[in-house]
Amino acid sequence: MNLYDIIFYIFAAITVVSGVITVTSKNIIYAAFSLLFTFFGVAGMYVLLGADFISIVQIIVYVGGILILLLFGVMLTNKVTSTDIKSGSVNVLPAVIGVALFAGALISIIIRTKWTETPGEIPLSTAGTLGSVLLNEYVIIFELLAVLLLIALIGAASIARRTKEETN
Amino acid sequence: MYDIILDFTGNEILSMFISAALPLFMFILPFALVAVLAERKVSAFMQDRLGPTRVGPKGLLQTVADILKLFQKEDIVASNADKKLFNLAPILVFAGSFAVFAAIPFSGAYIGTFADVGIFFVVAISSLVVAGILMAGWASNNKYSLLGAVRSAAQIISYEIPTALVILSLVMLAGTLNLYELTEMQTEYFWNWYIFGGPATGIQKILLIPFMIVGFIILYISTLAEVNRTPFDIPEAESELVAGYHTEYSGMKFAIFFLAEYANMFAVSAIVATLFFGGFQSPFGYLGDLFGVEWLIPIEQFGWFTVKGLFFVFVQMWLRWTLPRLRVDQLMTMCWKYMIPYAFVNLIIIGIISLI
Repeated sequence: MNLYDIIFYIFAAITVVSGVITVTSKNIIYAAFSLLFTFFGVAGMYVLLGADFISIVQIIVYVGGILILLLFGVMLTNKVTSTDIKSGSVNVLPAVIGVALFAGALISIIIRTKWTETPGEIPLSTAGTLGSVLLNEYVIIFELLAVLLLIALIGAASIARRTKEETN
Repeated sequence: MYDIILDFTGNEILSMFISAALPLFMFILPFALVAVLAERKVSAFMQDRLGPTRVGPKGLLQTVADILKLFQKEDIVASNADKKLFNLAPILVFAGSFAVFAAIPFSGAYIGTFADVGIFFVVAISSLVVAGILMAGWASNNKYSLLGAVRSAAQIISYEIPTALVILSLVMLAGTLNLYELTEMQTEYFWNWYIFGGPATGIQKILLIPFMIVGFIILYISTLAEVNRTPFDIPEAESELVAGYHTEYSGMKFAIFFLAEYANMFAVSAIVATLFFGGFQSPFGYLGDLFGVEWLIPIEQFGWFTVKGLFFVFVQMWLRWTLPRLRVDQLMTMCWKYMIPYAFVNLIIIGIISLI
């Protein structure tokens, strides 16, 4: 067991444990903060796989953007933080069947796949390659995505503005 | 640095920990000691006072005494606070500000990582600080703390946009995200620094200079806001919010917040120095080159880096004791209505010039 194995297991443990807490916790703030550690653990996994750029994007988008926004929303709505999330068990039988089928499928895939092991190499930096591929081969898709995001942004701003004018 | 320690100890894990902890013990702690004292002395000088004079010669040991006092303080956790998150928050805040130091090139011989995503990593990892601040504010179960935390998070994520835009314009010009390579491009003399247009030559360089200065000013203002310093310290505005998100913290946990704040101050100053002022590069050649002593150069580079970083920390203090605090609406207006449009225009102009 070398250093990278240890680091991998640490990140795996962080991801799995905090993921479980996210799902099972009744306090919405706990769930949100453990989601932070899940995202962080996944980013660590990406680094170990040699995808440095993706891991930074993971942190900047999920931790820095989505999660902060989520926490903001939760903290500003006062009534959410003080009450527990209602969770109970209904429809137990269908749930068990669904989960068993899904788990069986996953396990059979894991067992049947022929895993190929290649000796680890020092991964090359991905940022430059990714940039040239995005702006050469997939430039139309890239630009369309940018336009789509801009439309979403303008749409959100106009919706927010309209409700404000009505209340005035 | 990791390789040297690996040779010395022969243990991968141990040497990893040592090389990761090195900036903390070799740099951040001594820096915080000096900077806290400097802050008080600078403020005293600006307000025509003497500042701390009692402990040690001319009050030089004041910070040491303060830290000893903080060590002895009782660790108070308010009874209605959320204990787990309350204890986790200072660690998260400090981890976020400490992680930034991994990518900062202290000198040619000492840099945490040569990773190609350097500056992008710095921008991303500082979002951990926001999460930690929100955690601290919420877990304290105190309305001042929560308001301070929410203000701070809003401020940091707003001012990240102009910061990122200015950094983007530099990255576009340099063609690399790697802070070490970015520094190497600004080598030899000070007119190769990016504030003077970088290594470009001729008409392009002359055209770049004014826009680089605009970029530098935008970057400096927005980094000032990101570390919650006056005139952007509304998250901990004493007259409105007691002490913001760390109102309920005492003893060592407060000390950790304080340390993280000073580590952040130096980190952003170092980033500004690296991007625009040549990082660890000397403004004119090295003594080591002159005398033909190889090992002197990294030490000199470390010296230059520290001097540049400390100078920008000093400017932060200078601004703090000169300018009054902004109101919340003024703060947001300044970011969204002035700095982001200016940064965008600056980005486009620099892009056009770099095509000439």
